[in-house]
Amino acid sequence: MSWPILSVTTFLPLVGALFIMMLRSDGEAEKRNARWVALWTTLITFAISLIMIYRFDPSSPEFQFVERRPWLAGNITYYMGVDGISLPFVVLTTALMPVCIIASWLPIQQRVKEYMIAFLVLETLMIGTFSALDLVVFYLFFEGGLIPMFLIIGIWGGPRRVYASFKFFLYTLLGSVLMLLAIMAMYWDAGTTEIPALLRHGFPRGLQTWAWLAFFASFAVKLPMWPVHTWLPDAHVEAPTAGSVILAAILLKMGGYGFLRFSLPMFPAASHDLAPIVFALSVVAVIYTSLVALVQEDMKKLIAYSSVAHMGFVTMGIFAATAQGVAGGIFQMISHGIVSAALFLCVGVVYDRMHTREIAAYGGLVNRMPLYAAAFLVFTLANVGLPGTSGFVGEFLALIGTFRVNTWVATLATIGTILSAAYALWLYRKVVLGALTKPSLALIKDLNYREMITLGPLVILTILLGIYPKPVLDFSAASVTQLLENYERALGAAKAAALLAH
Amino acid sequence: MPETLEIPALLPALPEIVLALGAMALLMVGAFRGEQATRSIDGAAILLLIFTGAVIVWLPAGRLVTFGDSFVVDNFARFLKLLALTGSAAAILMSTDYLAAQKQQRFEYSILILLATTGMMMLISAADLIALYLGLELMSLALYVVAAIDRDSVRSTEAGLKYFVLGALSSGMLLYGASLVYGFTGTVNFAGIAKAATQGGASSGHLGLVFGLVFLFAGFCFKVSVVPFHMWTPDVYEGAPTPITAFFAAAPKVAGMAMFVRTTIVAFPGVVTQWQQIVVFVALASMVLGAFAAIGQRNIKRLMAYSSIGHMGFALVGLAAGTQEGVQGVLIYMAIYVAMTLGTFACILSMRRDGQMVENISDLSGLARTKPAMAFFLAMLLFSLAGIPPLAGFFAKFYVFLAAIKAGLFALAVIAVVTSVVGAYYYLTIVKIMYFEEPAKPFEPIPIELKAVLAVTGLFNLLFFVYPGPLVDAANAAAKSLF
Repeated sequence: MSWPILSVTTFLPLVGALFIMMLRSDGEAEKRNARWVALWTTLITFAISLIMIYRFDPSSPEFQFVERRPWLAGNITYYMGVDGISLPFVVLTTALMPVCIIASWLPIQQRVKEYMIAFLVLETLMIGTFSALDLVVFYLFFEGGLIPMFLIIGIWGGPRRVYASFKFFLYTLLGSVLMLLAIMAMYWDAGTTEIPALLRHGFPRGLQTWAWLAFFASFAVKLPMWPVHTWLPDAHVEAPTAGSVILAAILLKMGGYGFLRFSLPMFPAASHDLAPIVFALSVVAVIYTSLVALVQEDMKKLIAYSSVAHMGFVTMGIFAATAQGVAGGIFQMISHGIVSAALFLCVGVVYDRMHTREIAAYGGLVNRMPLYAAAFLVFTLANVGLPGTSGFVGEFLALIGTFRVNTWVATLATIGTILSAAYALWLYRKVVLGALTKPSLALIKDLNYREMITLGPLVILTILLGIYPKPVLDFSAASVTQLLENYERALGAAKAAALLAH
Repeated sequence: MPETLEIPALLPALPEIVLALGAMALLMVGAFRGEQATRSIDGAAILLLIFTGAVIVWLPAGRLVTFGDSFVVDNFARFLKLLALTGSAAAILMSTDYLAAQKQQRFEYSILILLATTGMMMLISAADLIALYLGLELMSLALYVVAAIDRDSVRSTEAGLKYFVLGALSSGMLLYGASLVYGFTGTVNFAGIAKAATQGGASSGHLGLVFGLVFLFAGFCFKVSVVPFHMWTPDVYEGAPTPITAFFAAAPKVAGMAMFVRTTIVAFPGVVTQWQQIVVFVALASMVLGAFAAIGQRNIKRLMAYSSIGHMGFALVGLAAGTQEGVQGVLIYMAIYVAMTLGTFACILSMRRDGQMVENISDLSGLARTKPAMAFFLAMLLFSLAGIPPLAGFFAKFYVFLAAIKAGLFALAVIAVVTSVVGAYYYLTIVKIMYFEEPAKPFEPIPIELKAVLAVTGLFNLLFFVYPGPLVDAANAAAKSLF
């Protein structure tokens, strides 16, 4: 392995962005060039990430493709690497980016160059977040993503875009700056910000609690968990389609990834003690936001609330800290990344035609759009968690994992799945089924080639992962096992120390 | 044997001597040649500043002391002097086109800046209270005149007068504090004061020393414009001609912060708990005021005034830690702050429409369409001022907070980051106006000097994260020389 494959994957989109910035031609030619450059950049990045999968050794729990260079003075280095937990997210990012670019091909006609640059920069920052092995580098990528996303929502968004973009930015920033302080405290305690070293460091009990809370402030907002989720529906509704896709599919996952990478393994005692809070918030998220989703009139808002509910399963699974729970959490994140992305694309399809997202404005689309109805059905069922779709596997594993730890939480969360069936099927019935009576819909056209290219692979993936989830689960199994072993060991040590003190 | 008059070693002060003699020579040129020499004097002044910088670099390494221990050249002084020179040179460069367009070409302008810079350099090197006062007054008197240089403008004269009256008051307080410190320790030398204070312990002299310290701090706070001595800042920023505001926002702040840090760290290590309380309060109050008061501003120069108050508060978080890491943080903060401020003011100076300067934030509306490059750089500078990674401003905040956390100032750090989120709001508002709103009538083409300043500072800000090592190491070496 002679070339730094991880850095190439991370920074290739940035090179593409620079290239687009250099483009100098006018009008249509410039738009066309910007689109093609962006598409090729994301496709090549995706191809390289596939090489990474091919070369990755899933049997080893260690970090692979590790790169390290001196960076900030002191011992903060540019340190990158992936393991079985982070690589799936990297590939999810690279896989969804070409989809986003294609989905924006025609809907975006204003300031195309800037749009593509913003997306490519965002891709670099997202990949970097998942593959950073130094906390400061992680923070840089994690936080830097705010800038392009702020611009994407604010420039290409809907009527209330300014409100939504500010809310998104300030909410997320407030959570993250507290995490920054915790990172500094960890630096002074451990003398390093390298994630592998910190994973082995055992932090004192007091620091664990404070740092856990600070990280929680950041990731709970990002994920988002109830009650700090209110920025998400606004951001989703106002963002352009591709922006919603990225937001739901990847930016939210940074929160879950953060819990898995930092909170659980670095602060095991605090995680154990504070897990009841997470369980409570997760259950509220699952039930309450599902109920809220039931009364929505805007399609995007409904899916946004359903995202919050689904993320509830993720937090529940992760903090159950059992093999099934954690694996379920990861799988649920990947599956939700595909399914929610696809659902937002489905909304985008009809929005591009009718320029409204009101559920009431649609009905009976199946009569004129059979392909669309079929694709939408697959994703709706996956969102419900029907066996045979990817949505089932994650939720099921997370519920099993939680059941072993806390029966009540698992029971209540299961009620949530019934509610999710209610709102998702209700949405589908209102929009797609029934007779096509609205005159405005009389001439609506079915999916075109561009939309088939974007939705087709997602349909296949949703079903494939539902029937045969093993590859993804195997991929992260070794890392998850090691994570949990360390977690149990740390907890055991803490208990022994507590006993000795008595 | 009669005592011979000993000539002190002049080598350590060579940069100051070069600068002062050069300024006087240019003054002669200006006096004899008149206004038509203004442009060449401006050019010569910039060259002189660069040459002075070269002399500083050329000086022998290590710690040089002269004038009876009252003047010291260490890495701390070198770092900050180079920074102040950069700020002054950029200010002259940015003003040439403006003053020509406004028909305010006066050759005294750049000479006054040179003299103020000489004062700053003396201030940065001052190691006793008298040298400190000399440097401070040389700097301040030149600044008062520069603020009022647009004689025919009521706003500019008002700004100059306000600055002068309040500045004189603060100098008075500083002198009073210095006299108290001298009275209770018997020396004006920083090292001597430190020694006397540690030996005195908690005796009665101690309380007098703390009294003196408080008055000294009042003077310092005025010069770096932090709460509660910040009131002059918005008015002077708004009233003074814009290039002069740009100058005020950069170099004098560096010198003021140098004086604040050196005096506090070198002279008062014996009364840390006492001064730490004051610095913590001042830092907190400045950050909070800077964040909240800026929200309502319409005029971008006033907004920058409140922003600078907030930023000085953040820099003081590093001083509050009182450790070597803290000083390093302050130095990194000041360097990055100067770059960000100069870049932002280059943009503000480019806001010209129909031959008139415009200063309202709403005038920037839709800039992303009419001048995409300028809008991009300004937006990045604003994100950087807000402290968003990976831009330079993030690293500035990173190092001061790192020091504060190590020193155990958790509450201060938490409030500081929360105010930085509040502050982000008003920076975002400007980005919003530039990017999300419909374009207004485009500005006139940007003069080449401003383009140069904007490009250099903008790229520094954008690419700092690629190779942050040199600045961080230099600041580390500089901070080490104080301990």
